[in-house]
Amino acid sequence: MERPIIYAKNLTKRFGNFTAVDAISFEVGKGEIFGFLGANGAGKTTAIKMLIGLWKPTEGQAMVAGYDVYKQPEEIKRNIGYMSQRFSLYEDLTVQENIRFYAGIYGLSNQSIREKTDELIVKLGLEQVQNERIASLPLGWKQKLAFSVAIIHDPKIVFLDEPTGGVDPITRRQFWDLIYEASHKGITVFVTTHYMDEAEYCDRVSMMVDGRIEALDKPGALKVHYGVESMHDVFVKLARPEVE
Amino acid sequence: MRIIQFLVRKEFLQIFRNKGMLPIIFIMPVIQLVVLANAANFEIENLKLFFIDKDQSTLSRLLRSKMDGSNYFLLSGFGLSSQDGATALDRNQADLVIEIPSGFEKKLVRENTQKIQLVVNAIDGTKGALANFYALEVISQFNQEIRQDFQAINKVGVSPFNRLQVEYSHWFNPDLNYKTFMVPGILVLLVTMIGAFLSAMNIVREKEIGTIEQLNVTPIKKYQFITGKLLPFLILGLVELTIGFIIAKVVFDIPFVGSIFLIYGFAVIYLTLVLGLGLFISTFTETQQQAMFITWFFLVIFILMGGLFTAIENMPLWAQRITLFNPVRYFIEVVRMVMLKGSGLMDIKWHALIVFLYAVGVNGLAIYRYRKTV
Repeated sequence: MERPIIYAKNLTKRFGNFTAVDAISFEVGKGEIFGFLGANGAGKTTAIKMLIGLWKPTEGQAMVAGYDVYKQPEEIKRNIGYMSQRFSLYEDLTVQENIRFYAGIYGLSNQSIREKTDELIVKLGLEQVQNERIASLPLGWKQKLAFSVAIIHDPKIVFLDEPTGGVDPITRRQFWDLIYEASHKGITVFVTTHYMDEAEYCDRVSMMVDGRIEALDKPGALKVHYGVESMHDVFVKLARPEVE
Repeated sequence: MRIIQFLVRKEFLQIFRNKGMLPIIFIMPVIQLVVLANAANFEIENLKLFFIDKDQSTLSRLLRSKMDGSNYFLLSGFGLSSQDGATALDRNQADLVIEIPSGFEKKLVRENTQKIQLVVNAIDGTKGALANFYALEVISQFNQEIRQDFQAINKVGVSPFNRLQVEYSHWFNPDLNYKTFMVPGILVLLVTMIGAFLSAMNIVREKEIGTIEQLNVTPIKKYQFITGKLLPFLILGLVELTIGFIIAKVVFDIPFVGSIFLIYGFAVIYLTLVLGLGLFISTFTETQQQAMFITWFFLVIFILMGGLFTAIENMPLWAQRITLFNPVRYFIEVVRMVMLKGSGLMDIKWHALIVFLYAVGVNGLAIYRYRKTV
């Protein structure tokens, strides 16, 4: 079997007495769309930040794209893309300027920056607004652009932290088209969400409750296992057992 | 190098797009320079003099007219008793009280010596010291003159020291123009303030907005990041300095004796230090508010102990030692030395070395403190 592209074993993060991520273990295969689900405050963002080399884990092991999160965070950063919960483009720069800046930071050549910029603007239908500041764009457009910028350097993995928060259903659907497209190009997608319809789009999902992974499988298998109709019900069963 | 180029370009785009910031960066310092240079004037004229004449003699009247005739003093009142003088001081009607005792003339002529009393209102220490200094100057002149007259009257013959007089020669600032002294210093302060604030707020702002996180997941190196933040403000600072020099020349007609390249060379090192300090501050603060207060804390010390408002030689020894750590002090000295005296590289080499080491240290700290992985 091919080595997993993300590997975590007993990965833990504590802040003082509070354990935000409690010994989670999982593997993600190359090219997979891996859904990382959980309620607010379950520890999803903390887990992601450890995997992308922003925070040092308290204990446990993790390898991302073949590199150790403790020793080689900078190598990891070269091989991943990341779209955070908070909006990460520069609001006071235009669409074009943002694309060019991030492409430049990742060391793309001038020619490929030009090509990528044109390609992206056409693909996202931003021709009319390419010289507008980001601040003036609707949220859905911004999110699609942020995603495209996060994978502008063709990373091995892209981490998406609630990329579709506050976005309308049609734009969300379009957003997932972009995710599929990236996945077809061979980019592994690691995505957190609490929209359970989105969970159905994933190859496999994990369900995080209070810092622990309570379930991990294909969406279909999880529904069978918990004897419910939808991922929504799986979520409710796991995350809010007291509701029943 | 290319990555730094992209960072610099981005900073410039952001600076020039921020319509609120542009006037703050370019117009405000100009206004401050023009206003402060005219306001911060330590030259003191028309000190209020209260004259108590208990002698009412020719000589005492001569001294009075001498005092009154000098540019320094304005006769605000006279009296006959010591009490009048005290009252005038209490009512703030006098900066200086001169009391001529009765028998002044007699004793002076007979015994060739006499004492007069000076009472200085020293609430404002600088003013008091100046009043004292000016008064002594006038009195010693008076002394000189009457001595010559005595000699003539006594027919002792004209002494060889006949026209002995203290002549003041003010080097490098011949007209004793305060602006010549102040403008270069104020200019240093303005460039320092703009540089320190802009750089301190910058990284923190990215923290507040959240874009710093996006930068931290890119493979960008720490030194590239810090350099990319430093360069734009360095360029801005030099532009600011240039505007200041033009105003100094055109508006205030400040002489520029030394090498302009030397000043710019020093300014590059100096600004690197100031900006590095700002960047260092923004690595350990979380909000622009915190960054602003900490920067202000340092700036107040730097400005007040920079030698512009209080001469460093007048500070207590411990304070003088502290100023050795004050970058503003060095730049003010260098600007004055090079601009007004035409000092060369050899004259400012220690200033340059100290500021250089300081700059390396502070920027090293900023790079060290900036964490991509927490």
